[in-house]
Amino acid sequence: MGLIHLPQADFQEAAAVGAGDKRLRAAVTNNTFRKQQGRELRWKELPDVQAARNLAAEIKQHTLDHLDFYLDQLKAAVERNGGKVYLASDGDAARKIIFDIIAKTNSRRIIKSKSMASEEIELTPHLEKAGLDVVETDLGEFIVQVSHDRPSHLVAPIIHKDRKSIATVFSQYFGTPYNDDPPTLTRQARAFLRDRFRKADLGMTGGNFLVAETGQVCVVENEGNARQSLTTPRVLISLVGIEKLVPRLADLAVMIKLLARSSTGQSMTVYTSIFGGPRRAGEKDGPEEFHLVLLDNGRTEILANEEYREVLRCIRCGACLNVCPIFRNIGGHAYGSVYPGPIGALLSPLLGGLENYKDLPQASSLCGACYHACPVKIDIPRHLVNLRRDIVNRRLDGWKERLLYRLWARAMKSPFLYRMIGAIQRWDLRRRAEGTGWISRLPSFAAGWTRVRDMPAPAERSFHQIWKDRR
Amino acid sequence: MTQSIRSRPGPRVALFVTCLTDQFFPRVAVAVTKILEHFGCEVDFPQRQTCCGQPMYNNGFPAEARELAKRWVEIFREYPYVVSPSGSCCAMVREHYPHLLNGEDAGMAAKTFEFVEFLQKVLKVDVSKYALPAGRKVAYHYTCHLRGLGIGGQPPRILSQMANVQLMELERADQCCGFGGTFAVKYPVVSGAIVEDKTDCIARSGADTLICNDAGCAMNIAGMCRRRGMETRVVHLAELLAEAMGLDLDGW
Repeated sequence: MGLIHLPQADFQEAAAVGAGDKRLRAAVTNNTFRKQQGRELRWKELPDVQAARNLAAEIKQHTLDHLDFYLDQLKAAVERNGGKVYLASDGDAARKIIFDIIAKTNSRRIIKSKSMASEEIELTPHLEKAGLDVVETDLGEFIVQVSHDRPSHLVAPIIHKDRKSIATVFSQYFGTPYNDDPPTLTRQARAFLRDRFRKADLGMTGGNFLVAETGQVCVVENEGNARQSLTTPRVLISLVGIEKLVPRLADLAVMIKLLARSSTGQSMTVYTSIFGGPRRAGEKDGPEEFHLVLLDNGRTEILANEEYREVLRCIRCGACLNVCPIFRNIGGHAYGSVYPGPIGALLSPLLGGLENYKDLPQASSLCGACYHACPVKIDIPRHLVNLRRDIVNRRLDGWKERLLYRLWARAMKSPFLYRMIGAIQRWDLRRRAEGTGWISRLPSFAAGWTRVRDMPAPAERSFHQIWKDRR
Repeated sequence: MTQSIRSRPGPRVALFVTCLTDQFFPRVAVAVTKILEHFGCEVDFPQRQTCCGQPMYNNGFPAEARELAKRWVEIFREYPYVVSPSGSCCAMVREHYPHLLNGEDAGMAAKTFEFVEFLQKVLKVDVSKYALPAGRKVAYHYTCHLRGLGIGGQPPRILSQMANVQLMELERADQCCGFGGTFAVKYPVVSGAIVEDKTDCIARSGADTLICNDAGCAMNIAGMCRRRGMETRVVHLAELLAEAMGLDLDGW
């Protein structure tokens, strides 16, 4: 149940590993900054991007507020199209449904396109463990699979890898001589995947959106591999989170206008597939069977909480990761969750338990860049602060910290105490500066500051005192 | 005590100095006072002011923050304008007081301004007649809370108006410096990596002066510059403007 907690000792340690890797930081920063610029450019193409964001936020919020209604509508429509719908309460249930379909349809060779929902329930490793022949067909995810790695970004799963490490993995996997020329590597993967596409008997996709009125799934991608997964094999399974619904095709148009622009800085992705149900008479391609597995896995709990409900608006574009100074400087793996970055700092504790992810909401400067980049206007900093409040209320932090803030707040109600504490602090810090104007070592709880940087010494006299001179 | 020359009668303004400016950078507050008075404002400094409650709010103590917010509103409500040299404390009043106080913020969100914003939006000053005594290469760090206040991503107009200022381009000027209040102390490795990146960008900009209109960010960036042996001066725009205007900041 819940999100998979990746094996890692401690957030601080994992973050230190990321922060200590200069190559990683530079690669992630440059890549995400390019994506940020791409988004800003593409947003400007829209006549009124703020209106579009407001509309997209309203569409998603409205759907979430009436999710039971739209889920019923979706189910009826998919069944009308000849497909089957399953509701999986958690990862175990979802995997069981999928394994049953695989067994019933006698499927052996599975091709899979990129899906965060499948990452969330660790589907591929489970399929592999069961001895099934499963291959990730998105190039990035393929590289993740063959190198037994983890994706580190919602959209760019191998943002943490460089050309050389990919070349090494390919050389080992294919048993070919080392070659780090990107077109050669891509051709190698292409030749391998093409063969798999032809031979596959079961295709799996995720879904960027679900359209309730038509019972359709929408998948956007740039490589054409998802299109292959949903057209070639005789069985198709789409695993999609329940929050991916929009009411109508007209609403889908709004979301598509924003998704690629916010995500990769494209006006539109190369492929936009809208599908639902098995192949009909007269159609040239498509599966014989279509199964839609809807994943809950903690989502209804978020839905039940009106305060955090809007977090489910997320369309996984990754715009918040791309602008986040923390993500840029520690990389995605440090978050210890399939959902990294600012949205991951909300989704991970909300889906996987605050006690398991209590560092994530706290390890933020609350700079707000994420909120301003979010196409569906999730107020990420506000929710991070609310999760911090929950940490305090559930006593997941230390008692010393709670006491300190409460005493501090009480002292600040008194101008006398404010001035007295200020005077003592200024005296103490100036003493530590030893006349240099700078402090390079601080004790106990403030030691973190001087571990990485100096602190300017305070002024001899506060502005409160200087102002009094005027009288 | 010298009286500033008032160019035209202006509004009554309360100075919301903020804790860090009060304790670490009182010269900035002197500069703000003198500049506002120069442009005709009647500046008052309510001496009962302490902390706006931002650290408590940010760290998950909304009840404690609410108490301080109520107190703050009581102290400042009589003034038509409140001006603060620090963007983040200003954002606390503007963005968070309304919901923290269930809308009972006495309209303070609409009356509270960051210093540069006040100069540009309310006083609409033109500082093009002022020049720095010597040419300086200046980069502008766009502090995060200005984003929340809806203040544009470009260096403020008044900075480019001043003569002898050569604006240097700062890479990723709107990326956070990694301060984040207690975050800087609690997650030093993460915060340190971010401010290291920021100071790398500053070094590459070729600027000798960095404008940073937030006391916390200024402490963070200046502290990292110093640790790395960089000569960059980190100053508030009010200090630079006061210098160009020939205002003496060492006394009244």
